[in-house]
Amino acid sequence: MHTLPQQLANGLFLGSTYGLIAIGYTMVYGIVQLINFAHGEIFMTGGFGALTVYLVLPHGTSLWLALPLMLIGGAATSVLIALGAERFAYRPLRTAPRLAPLIAAIGLSLALQQAVHNLYPKATSPRVFPQIPSGPWHLANIDIQSGDLFTLIAAPICMVVLALFVRKSRTGRAMQATAQDPDTAQLMGIDTNRIIATAFAIGAVFAAVAAICYGLRYGQVSYDMGFEAGLKAFTAAVLGGIGNIYGAMLGGLVLGLAEALATAYISDIPGMQQLGGQAWAPVWAFVLLILVLLLRPQGLLGERVADRA
Amino acid sequence: MRHRSLLVLSIALTGALTVTACGSRGGSKSGGDSASGTTVTIGVDAPLSGQNSATGLGIQYGVQIAVDDANKNKTVPGVTFKVKPLDDQAQPATGQQNATSLVADSSVLGVVGPLNSGVAQSMQQVFETANLVEISPSNTNPALTQGPNWASGTKVRGYKTYFRTATTDALQGAYAAQYATGTAKKKNAFVVDDKQTYGAGLAGIFKDSFTKDGGTIAGTDHVSTGDKDFSTLVTKIKSSGADMLYYGGQYDEASLLSKQLKAAGDAIPLMGGDGIFSATYVSVGGAGTEGDLSTSVGSPVDGLATAQDFIAKYKAAKYPGDYGTYGGYSYDAATAIIKAVASVAAANGGKIPSDARAKIVDGVQKADFDGIAGHVSFDEFGDTTNKQLTVYQVTGGKWVSVKTGAFTG
Repeated sequence: MHTLPQQLANGLFLGSTYGLIAIGYTMVYGIVQLINFAHGEIFMTGGFGALTVYLVLPHGTSLWLALPLMLIGGAATSVLIALGAERFAYRPLRTAPRLAPLIAAIGLSLALQQAVHNLYPKATSPRVFPQIPSGPWHLANIDIQSGDLFTLIAAPICMVVLALFVRKSRTGRAMQATAQDPDTAQLMGIDTNRIIATAFAIGAVFAAVAAICYGLRYGQVSYDMGFEAGLKAFTAAVLGGIGNIYGAMLGGLVLGLAEALATAYISDIPGMQQLGGQAWAPVWAFVLLILVLLLRPQGLLGERVADRA
Repeated sequence: MRHRSLLVLSIALTGALTVTACGSRGGSKSGGDSASGTTVTIGVDAPLSGQNSATGLGIQYGVQIAVDDANKNKTVPGVTFKVKPLDDQAQPATGQQNATSLVADSSVLGVVGPLNSGVAQSMQQVFETANLVEISPSNTNPALTQGPNWASGTKVRGYKTYFRTATTDALQGAYAAQYATGTAKKKNAFVVDDKQTYGAGLAGIFKDSFTKDGGTIAGTDHVSTGDKDFSTLVTKIKSSGADMLYYGGQYDEASLLSKQLKAAGDAIPLMGGDGIFSATYVSVGGAGTEGDLSTSVGSPVDGLATAQDFIAKYKAAKYPGDYGTYGGYSYDAATAIIKAVASVAAANGGKIPSDARAKIVDGVQKADFDGIAGHVSFDEFGDTTNKQLTVYQVTGGKWVSVKTGAFTG
């Protein structure tokens, strides 16, 4: 068990990335009750946007200098894609039956994957993403990689900023109102179209931050990276209580920790040797999800309507 | 109600997670008779996009060069060869669809591929039924030629249309274990595989041979293809006290695993089979892969005098992918088919007979010539008689051969 602190840290870093992506699912669901299955691909395009910025910068630019620019480039790309999707795919379907936008989202997800696969140079196989050439740092018993450090700093900052924005700002309060009752909110003079677009945009910015975390951690981005990451993040959003932004982050962390602990320790339980290890981690994560949904259908943090946004 | 549907959706998605990508891409037009003579198509099936595509593309263009050479030298008078590459994305189901479409194209008289042993399993029966010859430049799982009970000594050939120019993992895994315990003096190995036919098979053989050679196994684990995060596994390996890591699988996961292992401060080498022997392994894994080991089939192609012309053509054409792993063997596999077509046509007055496919299978079985990557001939199981293996090590950012030989008990 002497590896426990390190394994908890591993789970925490993994979970933070899930949580950042999950925000996008939960924000959009909270306001328009749409599960945006193209969000995994919005995350992916954020990664490619950041990579493009890095590639056009002069060769040998310090990553510390490049990173803020990559953040801006990645976020701009994913926000553009998300707003385009909202304007041209989801808005025309807003009054259609619930299933129509869901299918549109799945179609959009495939289209975006294929577009990057075919149009981005050499994207048919994973593209190498720059990594911060320092670290690892040792903190007590725990090794922290340079890519993890970025996650460790970025995820809490993003969360605090989002919480303040939703609670304090005018737009944030308008978002809460729209989530509660879109028709009444509109009657009160809130431009709901703008609010919905804002929700998509915020989700996309978080996805871009998560994509850079992903790229820095694994040293590559690929056209199909959004599929599994999106699925895990959606799971995290449901686990935490879809529609609740704190729930998304918590769900991500719980999912990451569950995967790490399942990989590390299940195979040590007598008789469970065959059911442990890396390959079984997603299985245990989904077992956890099903248990949570059976016992607490609204997810860990329920659906606190007042904070929903 | 909404929560219940969410629950159902989540359960459905759990299943969907395993069924990832969709159908095949990048298929080309099928062949046919042209005005100037007969067109014979050689099919290629390999992963040309996504996972494993660097080595898959090496196969496609290895065949392309063989076909270009045959057309230029007019190896078979009156016959023009062309290549029909299909992308199997390393998925057995896609491979089987590709096999079916190759069989349906009557101009296809032979197929080179696939890359992955697991994909080969799904294709063998399709080709057997159609009597269409299939030569894999890279499949190393012993069961493909010698039947499922090969380990206990009952070797039965399942498919008479299946051949390979690569030797088997029974030799490769044992050769790797011999090198690890003998030359590298490793005593305690952690063994990881990707649960695929090739990876799990190779890891199992290595494990048995390593124990037989006096080593101990520090632990085992399995990963899934497509995994990117190995942090938890790395922590486990580090705390197990292993002095080497053996990985049965492909370079996509192995490079990330090695990189994350070294980044976590565990400086033990990763060793793998021909699946990780790719320039992409080093370029993606970066400095972390320095000192890592792999075995691969055949002698190093860069050092073969007979392969220099091939390498020059590959580089001059600026083809993508890695020719180093299987490019030479793909060239030889395609050449074996072309030579069989030539002898079948010669025996029929220069025309391709209507039952050409069956005759070409016989022709390939009798193949006996010096290819660019070694001698090409097949034994009674369809396995190559060329049993050379090479150990490579990453030195100064590229694979350098350290030992070539054949496994001798």
